[in-house]
Amino acid sequence: MAIIERPTDTPALARVGGGLVTPTTSYGYFRRPVQSTGWRSWAFTVDHKKIGIMYGAVAMIFFFIGGFEALLIRLQLAQPDGTILSADKYNQMFTMHATTMVFLFVMPMAAAFANYMIPLQIGARDVAFPRLNALSLWTFVFGGIFINSSWFLGGAADGGWFMYAPNSSVPFSPTNGVDFWTLGLLMTGVASQVGAINLIVTALNMRAPGMTLMRMPIFTWMALVVQFLLLFAIPIITVALFLLLFQRNFDATFFSVADGADPLLWQHLFWLFGHPEVYILVLPSFGIISEVLPTFSRKPLFGYPFVVFSGAAIGLVGFGVWAHHMFASGLGPISVAVFSVSTMAIAVPTGVKIINWTLTMWGGKLWFSTAMLFAIGLIVQFTLGGLSGVTHAVAPSDTQQTDTYYIVAHFHYVIFGGAVLGLFSGMYYWWPKVFGKMLNETWGRWNFWLMIIGMNLTFGPMHIIGLQGQPRRMYRWTENRAGEGFFNLGFWNLVSSIGSLILGIGALLFLVNIWVSRKNPPAPADPWDARSLEWITTNPPKEHNFDRTPTIHSLDEFFHRKYEDVGEDGQHEYKQVRTGEQVIAEEEAHADEHIHLPSPSYWPMILSLGLLVICYGVIYSFLVIAVGAAIVILALFGWALEPSTADDSEFDPPSDGGQPSKELAHV
Amino acid sequence: MSDTTIDPTITATPEPDPAHGGGQGHSDVGHQSTTGISNTKLAMWLFLGSECLLFGGLISTYMLYRNRQGDAIGPDQLWDIPFTSATSFVLLMSSLTMVLAVSAAKRKEERNTRLWLTVTALLGGLFLAGQVYEFTVFYREGLGYTTSLFSSSFYTLTGFHGVHVAVGIIMLMSLVGMLAKGRIVGDKAETVEMVGLYWHFVDVVWIVIFTLVYLIPA
Repeated sequence: MAIIERPTDTPALARVGGGLVTPTTSYGYFRRPVQSTGWRSWAFTVDHKKIGIMYGAVAMIFFFIGGFEALLIRLQLAQPDGTILSADKYNQMFTMHATTMVFLFVMPMAAAFANYMIPLQIGARDVAFPRLNALSLWTFVFGGIFINSSWFLGGAADGGWFMYAPNSSVPFSPTNGVDFWTLGLLMTGVASQVGAINLIVTALNMRAPGMTLMRMPIFTWMALVVQFLLLFAIPIITVALFLLLFQRNFDATFFSVADGADPLLWQHLFWLFGHPEVYILVLPSFGIISEVLPTFSRKPLFGYPFVVFSGAAIGLVGFGVWAHHMFASGLGPISVAVFSVSTMAIAVPTGVKIINWTLTMWGGKLWFSTAMLFAIGLIVQFTLGGLSGVTHAVAPSDTQQTDTYYIVAHFHYVIFGGAVLGLFSGMYYWWPKVFGKMLNETWGRWNFWLMIIGMNLTFGPMHIIGLQGQPRRMYRWTENRAGEGFFNLGFWNLVSSIGSLILGIGALLFLVNIWVSRKNPPAPADPWDARSLEWITTNPPKEHNFDRTPTIHSLDEFFHRKYEDVGEDGQHEYKQVRTGEQVIAEEEAHADEHIHLPSPSYWPMILSLGLLVICYGVIYSFLVIAVGAAIVILALFGWALEPSTADDSEFDPPSDGGQPSKELAHV
Repeated sequence: MSDTTIDPTITATPEPDPAHGGGQGHSDVGHQSTTGISNTKLAMWLFLGSECLLFGGLISTYMLYRNRQGDAIGPDQLWDIPFTSATSFVLLMSSLTMVLAVSAAKRKEERNTRLWLTVTALLGGLFLAGQVYEFTVFYREGLGYTTSLFSSSFYTLTGFHGVHVAVGIIMLMSLVGMLAKGRIVGDKAETVEMVGLYWHFVDVVWIVIFTLVYLIPA
C-alpha cells in the first residue's frame, strides 16, 4: 500500500480519499501552490516529468520559429539577386536561426529528455533538486523570450552565432540586438548550468539499489557526459559574454584591436565553449538511438562499455579541439598541427559508436518503426557529416573551405542529421511513455521520409555550392558569378531551397501527427518490448514514478525481468517468462509506503522573472535593474526559508472531517 | 509567504527533506545517497568546479592584457604590496575562522558557530572595504575602468572576485540569522560546511589572483 503524501488527481486516489485535498485559503496569497489541476499545477510544479514536457513543448515552438527563419534565408537565396530580405535583415535572420536552433531548440529539447528520463532510468522519484529544476526551465523560457523580443525592439543580433569581435562591437552593430543576444545567452547559460549540476547529482547520487554506473541505461550515461560538458563549458562562454557586455555597455576595449586588444581572445573563449557545445548538442541523441536501436533490433546494445567510454572520451577530447574552428586565423604551424591531429583523433571514439550501432543491428530482428527509421537515419546522415568533418581536420583543406557553404553543409549534416534526427527518434520512441498514447506510424513514416529527403536536398547541394566558392552569410548571389554546367550555383541554390520547403513540410507533419494521434487509445504498457528501467512503470508514469523503488540486477533490467536465459552450453537463448504488464503489476503489488514528494513552489519562477527584469534593465535603465535585483533577492530568501515539502497546515482538512495531513490518499 | 505558516514545533522536528540529503526513496528507512556524499555537498563541489573555469577565463584574460596599458598608468606605479598583503592576510584569516565555525557546528555548539560565522563575515567585510579603498586610490591615480586593456581586465577580474566575497558575506549573515531562528532544515553542521566550502574556494581564488596579479612583476 502506497501512501502518497501530496494531492494527486488520479481517479483512484479521488475515489479513496472521498474528495481532493485543496490548498488552504487561510494564508492569503502566500499559500503554497499545491493545486494538482489547472495552469498552476504546471507553472509552479517541481515534478521532473511536467518540467520535461514543458521544456520539450517550448523547445518545439522555438524549433518552428528557427525553421521559419531558415526558410526565409533559403527563399532569399533561391534566385539570383534575392529581394525577400535586406542585407541587414538577412544578417539578423542567420544569426537568430543559428542561435534559436542551438540554444533554444536542441539544447532544451535534450534537456527535456534528460529531465524526463534520467530519474525514470535510474529508479528515482524526482531529480535531486526539484525547485532548481523549475528554475532551469523558467530561466530558459524567459531567456528565449528575451532574445526573441529583440525582433520588436530595434532589431535582432546580426553578428552570426559565434558573434566574432570586433564585428559585434557598437560601431558595427549599433542596435541593441547584440545586447539582447548576450544577456539572453547568459540567462540560458544559467539554466544549463543549474540543470547540469542538478542532473549530475541526480544521476550519481539517486540511483536505485543495485544500479551501478555500468548498469546505467545508455541514454542516462550520455546525458551525464553532456551535463559535465555543460558544467565546464558554460562558465567559459559566460566570461566571454560578460566581456562583450562590458565592452558594449561600459566602454571597455577587450576586443578593440585599435586599442591594442588581441583579436583572437573572443575566438578562443568562444570556441573553447563552442566545440564542447557541438558534443553537448549531439551526445544526447547518441544516447537516444543507443536505446532505440537495441529495442528495435531485439538485441542488447553491442559493446555497451565501449559506447559508454567512447562517449566519455568524446566529452574529454571535445575540450581539446576548439582551435580547428580557427585554422584560417593564423595560429601558427604548431598550433594548427596539434589541433589538426586532435581533431582527427576525436573521430575515433565517434567511429567506435557508429560500429557499435551497426553491429547492434547486425543479425537482429529489425522492426522498422518510425523511431527506428529516425535512428538509422541518424547513423547514415551523421556518418556523412562526420566524413566531411574529417576533411576539416586537414588544415590545408580546411583553409580552402573556411566560411564557405561547405562548412554549412557539414554542420547541418552533423547537427540536423545527428542531433535533430535523434531527438525525433526519441520523440516517437518515448511518446507512449510520456503521454500514454502512440503516435501514428503512417504519418510518422511521412514525417521521416520527407525530413530525410528534404535535408539531403537542402544540405547536400551545399557541398557543391561551397566547393564552388560561394561564401556563407552573403545575402545575395549574382547570375554572372554562378558558373556553368553541372556545378552552376544557381541550379544548386534552387535545389537547396526546394529541399528546405520539403524539409519544412516534413517537420510540420510531426505536429500533424500529434494532432491526428490525440485520440488514440491508451498505449499498452510495453509497446516496443523495451529493455530499460523507465518502462517498469505505467504509461504515463505516476506522479511518484515507481510504486516500489526498483532493485536493479542487470543492465537492461526490464528485459531480464521479462526474459530468462534458457540457452545451454554457453549459448544464450532468451524465452519470455513474463509480459511487461506482469512486471509492472508485480511492482504495484509491493508498493512502498510513505512516499514523500517535494511540493510546488512560486519561487523558482519568480527568481527567473527577476533575472528577466534585470536583463531588460541592463539595456534600458539602471532603475529597472534595481527592481529586478529586489525581486531576485526576495525570491532567494523566500526560497531559502521555504521547506521543500509543504506543511500539513497548508492543505485544507480532508472533506471527511479528519485532521489536515500530507497523507492524502491510500492506493 | 510560507515562512509565516511555520509552527515552531514543526520545525523542531523537521521532516526528512526530499531536496536535501537523503538521496532517493525518501522513506522512513532513510536511504544513503549512492555515492555516500550528500546531494547538496556534491552539488556545491560541482558548482565550485565550474567556478574554476569562470575564474580561469577571467584570469587568462587578465594575463593576456596585464602589460597592455599603453602610455597610461601601469601596475608598477599602482601596486601597494604591503597594503594588499594585509587585506589578503585578513581574507586568509577568515578561512581560519570559517574552519572554527564548521568545527563548532559539528560539536553542536550553536553559540560558537554563530560567533565564528559572524567573525568570518566581518573579516570578509574588512577585505571588501580594503578592496574598495584600493580601487578608490587607483581611480584617483588615474586608473579608470576604461583607461586601458590592463585596467579593464584588472577591474573585471578583481570585481568578479569581490562580488563573490560579497555573496559569501550575505550567505554567512543569512546563515547566522537562520541558525538563530532555528530555520535550517536538515543537517545544520552540513549547511555550515557548505557555506564554508564556498568561502574557502573564494579564498583560494584570491591566493591565485594575488600571486598572479600583484606578486609577479609585470
